[in-house]
Formats: sequence, C-alpha cells, structure tokens
Amino acid sequence: MEPAAPPGYRTRQELMDAERMSRALARIAHEIIERRRDAEGLVLVGVRTRGVPLARRLARLVAEAGAPPPPVGALDITLYRDDLTMVAPQPVLRGTEIPGSIDGRTVVLVDDVLYTGRTVRAALDEIIDFGRPARIKLAVLVDRGHRELPIRPDYVGQTITTTRDEVVQVLLREEDGHDRVLLLEKQGPRRRARPGKARAGRRA
Amino acid sequence: MKVLLKGGRVIDPSRRIDGAQDVILEDGRVAQVGAKLSPRGADVIEARGLVVCPGFIDLHAHLREPGREDRETIATGTRAAAAGGFTAVCAMPNTEPVNDNSGITRFILDQARAEGAVRVHPIGAITRGSRGEELAEYGDLKDAGCVAVSDDGRPVESARVMRRALEYARAFDLPVVDHCEEPALSERAAMNEGPVATLLGLRGTPAAAEAMVVERDVLLAELTGGRLHVAHLSTAGAADAVRRGKARGVRVSAEVTPHHLLLTDQAVKDSDYDASTKMNPPLRSEADRRAVLEALRDGTIDAIATDHAPHTIDDKQVEYEEAAFGVVGLETAVGLGLDRLVAPGLLSLPQLVALFSSGPARVLGLPGGTLAPGSPADVTILDLTRRRKVDPTRFHSKGRNTPFTGWTLKGAAVMTIVGGRVVWQDRR
Amino acid sequence: MTGYPHRHLLGIERLQPSEIAAILDTADGLREILDRPIKKVPALRGKTVVNLFYEPSTRTRASFEVAEKVLSADSLSVAAAASSVQKGETLLDTARNLEAMNPDMIVIRHSAAGAPHLLARHCRAAIVNAGDGAHEHPTQALLDALTLRQRKGRLEGLRVAIVGDLLHSRVARSNLWLLSKMGARLVLCAPPTLVPPGLEAFAPVTHRIDEAVEGADAVMMLRIQRERMTGGFYPSDREYHLRFGLTEARVKRAKKDVVILHPGPMNRGVEIASEVADGPYSVILDQVTNGVAVRMAVLLLLLGGGAEG
Repeated sequence: MEPAAPPGYRTRQELMDAERMSRALARIAHEIIERRRDAEGLVLVGVRTRGVPLARRLARLVAEAGAPPPPVGALDITLYRDDLTMVAPQPVLRGTEIPGSIDGRTVVLVDDVLYTGRTVRAALDEIIDFGRPARIKLAVLVDRGHRELPIRPDYVGQTITTTRDEVVQVLLREEDGHDRVLLLEKQGPRRRARPGKARAGRRA
Repeated sequence: MKVLLKGGRVIDPSRRIDGAQDVILEDGRVAQVGAKLSPRGADVIEARGLVVCPGFIDLHAHLREPGREDRETIATGTRAAAAGGFTAVCAMPNTEPVNDNSGITRFILDQARAEGAVRVHPIGAITRGSRGEELAEYGDLKDAGCVAVSDDGRPVESARVMRRALEYARAFDLPVVDHCEEPALSERAAMNEGPVATLLGLRGTPAAAEAMVVERDVLLAELTGGRLHVAHLSTAGAADAVRRGKARGVRVSAEVTPHHLLLTDQAVKDSDYDASTKMNPPLRSEADRRAVLEALRDGTIDAIATDHAPHTIDDKQVEYEEAAFGVVGLETAVGLGLDRLVAPGLLSLPQLVALFSSGPARVLGLPGGTLAPGSPADVTILDLTRRRKVDPTRFHSKGRNTPFTGWTLKGAAVMTIVGGRVVWQDRR
Repeated sequence: MTGYPHRHLLGIERLQPSEIAAILDTADGLREILDRPIKKVPALRGKTVVNLFYEPSTRTRASFEVAEKVLSADSLSVAAAASSVQKGETLLDTARNLEAMNPDMIVIRHSAAGAPHLLARHCRAAIVNAGDGAHEHPTQALLDALTLRQRKGRLEGLRVAIVGDLLHSRVARSNLWLLSKMGARLVLCAPPTLVPPGLEAFAPVTHRIDEAVEGADAVMMLRIQRERMTGGFYPSDREYHLRFGLTEARVKRAKKDVVILHPGPMNRGVEIASEVADGPYSVILDQVTNGVAVRMAVLLLLLGGGAEG
C-alpha cells in the first residue's frame, strides 16, 4: 500500500516510475564499474532508511554486470546529526552495520535524495569513525538542489529543480510496496515562509 | 472598659449554649451573656452573621523561645496564634535550654507579658533537660506558672521514671503530658511504617510503637492515680487504649492534631518527599486516620491541638531523612476544622468549638474555655463563610512548613479577643 | 511512535510500559557503538553532565562516565561527603554551586531516599537517579531487564524470583516495578525480617527459597547489605546461607536455561554460593555492557531530544 503523503502535502508530479527507477540504478551501477578505481575494494553503505535497499540493489546490479559482489553496510546517522536536539521528541535507532574493515577501500555512500547535504556530512563523520577508507563517493537517486554544505554527488539518478516548500518522496518496494518517486507540494492557499524541513519520515 | 458583642450566634459548649445572644465583656471578664443586652457605656462590636465562641486554647505549641528564635519567638508565635483564632497557647518545654526550672518558666511568662499577643501557658519538663532520668522540680515549676509537665519531642523511655512522674505530679495536681513512642522501634524512622514507606524506601516507625507506650502509660496512670494526657495521638491502638482506660475510670485524656485527622502517609509520596509532610508522630495509615477521627467523635479524644512546630527553610529543604520533624499549625487549625470536619458533617460546629475551647481547658485545668460570667474575657469569633487559601508566605509565624499549602478553606476565625481586648481582626 | 516524555529519571514507578520499552529499544540500538573501533559518537556534544556521588560506587559511576564519554558529553564527577548536614554544606547548596556551571544533567547517587526528588524540585538540570537510599535504582533495573530480554527474547510471562534483602534493596524496588509493569510473573523470597510491609501487593512472598526458585526463568539475587544490618535481622551468615542462600542444588530446581542476576558486589557464601556465582548461568559480562548501553539510552532520551530515523 502506498503511504499517504505527509499531512498538508499533495502530489504535484510523478518524477519516476518503477521502470525509470530501475534504469537509473542500472546506469549508476555501470558508472561505478566503469571507474575501475571505484569498483576495486568497493563497499556500498546505505544511509538509513531508504539508502539501504538502494545499496543492496546496486550491489546486485554490480554483481550481475560481472564485477565481484560488493559488501553492503547500513549507516544510522541519528547520533551524528547536527540538529539532534531540535527535531522530533525521540530518536529511533535502527543501528549501524559496517561489514568488516573499510580501511583502504572505496566506500560509496548511497542515499535516496540529496538536499541540503547535512545528512551526507553526518554520514561522512560516522563512516570515518569506522576506519580510513581510500576514498568515499556519493551515490543518490535524486538530487534536488538547495545545498547548504560544499557537497557534490558522484553518481546521480536524476537531477531536478525544486522549491524549498516542496518535498521529494521516494517509495521503494522493500519499504513501501512499490517503486515510485513523487514531488509533493504544500496544500492550501497560503504557503508558509519557513523552508520545508522534512519532518515527515523522508529526508528530502 | 466594656465591650458588647452584638447579635452573633453564641456557642458555649461548657454551658450548652447555642443561639443568638449578646455578650458583654467588662474589666477583662465575661460580664453577661443574654438576649438583647443594653449597649449602654459599651463599645459595640457587630457580630451579626458570625459565631461567638469561648477563646480557643491550643494545648500544644512549640514557641521555640528561648534558644531557637530563628524558628519562632514568643512574639511571632503568639501573633500566629491570634491570627489563627487562639486566645491561649500552651508552650512546650523543649526550648534551648529546656524549660525544666522556674527561671526559664518566668522568662517565658515575662516575654509573653511584654510581647505576646495571646496568653501563654508554659509546660515544664518531666525530667531535667528532658533527658528522661531525674525528675524536674515540679513544685517550683507549678509556682512559677507551669500548667503541666512534658518531655515532648521525645518519649519518657523508662517506665520507672514515668511512674515516678505520674506519682510525684499528683502532689501539685499537674497533668503529665507524654509523647508516646517506643524509641527502640522508631529508631531513625522518617515516617509511618507501612506500604507507602516500603515503596519510598524510607525507614518507618510502626503504629505499635505509639500504642504500646500509651498502653503502658494508661496502666501507670491507673497504678499511680496520676493525671495522664496523651499528646498528638495518631493511631488506632492508642485511641483504643485511651478509650478502655477512660472506661475503667483512669485519669487519662488525649489530643489529636488536624494533620493526623486529615492526612495519611500517602501525602509523603504524593509530595515527592517534601519534608513539609514530615512530623513526629508521622502521618499514619488511612485505617489509623479513620480510627482517630472516630475517637474524636465518640469523645475518647478531648481536644484538637496543633503541635505547632515551626522550622527554618534550612531545617526542611534537605534530604527527607535529614529534615526536622514538625509542621506549623496555629494558622490553619481552625479553618481545617471548619472546612474539613464540620462542613462534611464529621463533627457538629458545637463539637468542634468544644474541642478547641472547653475540651483543652478541662484537660489541663486552665482558666477560660467558657463564656460563663466571671471567666476571662477571651473570645474567638468565626465567620463560617470566609474563604481563605493557605499561603505560607502570609503566615505570621516564622515557620512556613505546612502540608496544607494551596488548600482553600471555607470558614475562619476573624476576630480574637484576649482579656476583653481585640488582639487581632480580619473583618470585611 | 513511543516516547520518553519525562524531564527526569527518578524511578521506574512512574514510567509507562511503553516508556520502559523505548529505553530498552534505544539501548539495544546503542550497544553496537561499544564494539566500534572508535567508541564515540557526537550525539551529546556540548552537553554537560555532572555525576554527583554521595556514596562510593565504582561500577555505577564508571558505567555512567563511560556512557557520557561515548556520547561525547562533557562530564564531571564529584564525590561528595557522606552526610551533608554534619559537613556543613547542604545537598541543595552543593547542587546549586554545580548549577553555576550550567549542567544539562545531574546524575545523583545518595544514601537518602528522595534526594533526587529534592534536586528535581530545585534545580534546572535534568536529574537522573543513580540510586537513592532504599528507594530506587532505575538504571540497574533497566540493565537487568535488557539482559533478560536479550537472553530470553521477552519479559512478558517470564517467571522471575527475587531473593534476598528486600527490606533495604533499592534494586529490588526498581525491579519490582519494572518487571511487574512488563508482565513478568514474580515471586519474592526472604526471611520475614527482611520483607517490608506492602510487598505482597506486587507478588507472592515466600520464605522458602526452594519454592521461589522452582521453575524460574531467572533468579535475581539481592545483596545482603551487611553495612545496614544493625538490627539483627537474621542470626548468622551460616544460617542465612543454609536457609536462604542460592546453592547449586537449589539452582537445579529452576529451568535449565535459568539466568542468574546479581547487582554486585556479591557476598559469596552468604546469599550466593561461589559455584553458582561462577557458574554457567552468570551474565555478569553482559551486565557491564548493558549497563553502559542503558545509561547511554537514558542520557540520549533525556538530553538528545531526538530525530526521526
């Protein structure tokens, strides 16, 4: 079942359907393999929640293309957030799992949406606490702009232009039953001036 | 000087009067009580709609002077008494030094004459320094003005000493007021023993620690023929011991405090260890509270006394186990009695008045407690409609330690007259 | 989403089952950090915690200190004099002095029941009770529960015997609240002199340890607090051990996979036989890790506010 849009939002546009999503992921997998340096000693680390199933799919695609199947990890960045004390009443911890040592390897961080860059900043801080990778790259399904930090993705499924009021909602079959990416907009006649910090379960 | 209290409802339990009467006070005495008395030559105090009672007497107050003037003085304590509707207070001897000789007694009475708002009846010590060993000089104490002896604050631990005290006090017709507690069972206790203390992890004293000493004292009073008064009775077992003693003709009387009538040890928990719920004897179980209330209703208990025990904030704002025992009571007792005992029908108004006036006067053989012509012109006037919220910051007492903060009480003393003189009033 | 809506942690008594579960779940999520190469996350950077210990306690204090460091809180430990009243400075004065440093939290261990409540009334900081007299020791009960839950997969329906000095034990009180709220089936056992009135409202009380241990999923042993034993509560250590001690033979009455918990330090040969203490049922090492995880969870829930996952 498709989860309802966050309260106060309605769907404005479908950005991706299942077909386009799988094409985007296949392209990213190929780009990773093409850059040989990245493909050697590759570890895919998904940022919880939706980065994790995306990382698993990429790992499968990489393996199907003939490269050695990369290990997949999961990063819970809750404890590294710079807004920990400002947001919701209580952190839900799902835990971080890093498969083996990352020393000297290429870590590709995987997330669903790249927005301000703060999540990626926290993920970088956390991954570095687990060791010293040779390099860290960033793969995202959607880049929606509005960066607040000097962070740039290495692999992108789709780049779109958004306003800060809008929300990009990524639905994955592992979590939500089917694959889809939606652009949501605020409902109602008046738009609040405050930038739309996503409070509705999706970092966007 | 002549004063006419006009048009009030006079309740004088000592003479079974309850009705619209006028009262004339003249030269410090009650001159006349009757209908439609002539106002000629008198200052008239309009008492219509009010209740005119014999002056209330508190059998049990700690005025702290001499020695602990940081907690209370005779001046502040008697002002609190006046504001609470009391025309006389009995001052317990656990001052520093203890009132165990006529010098201290005279000092207290001198201070009371100089600065006191109401009458002060000193109570002398049972034993020197209240150490529970040698008897104090009762003859001197009596002559100096003591109305009873007590080691209150601590029990008379030795049965032998208690026996001698009851015997020897007979020579001077002094009642012996005992704080009944078996110290071997109450050692380091901070509250009542029971399920609440268990949950709070506080050491408790069992109800039996009080009851067994009351039993002992009643037997000793029976043995010696002495006059025993049980201070701040708080348990079912103690009430039962007094009831049985009275039935056998033993000369025993008892008092109870408003807090033991109205609160239980649950208050310690509900207040999250607030030391304003800490006193000795401690707040007891609901079963004890009900039994004590029943003993009050059936006449086993003779008087309501406050056990007014002022402390500084520093004595109280510490760990519960470390906090001083005691609560203030002079400025809340009458309101609590009217609102929580009379209003719900647990006591009639004349019963409550008796427990504050004729009852205490009889227990210690004090002058007053009556409006009989010729008796002291001490009068307490009540307004049954007046509402007051208990606000410790407005107390006249130096003590702020009350468990009743924030309670709204309907009914209050609005005028206190001592010796024919208005010493306090709060009239609209 | 479950939450922890309180400003302080003064005891288990006022927690809802969902709030207890929230702490345990959070602790479970945090345990993994202790296995990382760098055992430190920045979650509480800039937060200040004061550990105010009026009773000596190596393990509880060390556990809080580690939890604070792992979460990057700035912490300061103060070992205060045993009795504030005689030494001149009152507990409140000490706390107010510490408050000048603007701590976000004060963790307090004190021999007087209710001391944390006094601080909670008068201080701005969040107060965590690290053991107050014979009242409560909430983080100990939480770590016991976390250990049990890990070993047994659940708390509900577990048969748990609590054996020993029920009178003086704050651990017993916190565990009684916690385990009964979470649906465990409790049985209490001690000599009658060490059973305070009112406990029977929580659980059946027996004076026969064999009965208590029979079929138990877990046995929680309470330390005989010899330092408090001024009242002659039992005739001798020998008789106590014979009648109320947990011996190898008695453990056999429990379920095969019984877990034995002891808050420590143990009196070997009194409440527990050495063979049992050192036996295969021991979960002492789990207890240490779980202790840190539970305290991290408490710190995080009280100070972290929080974010969605």
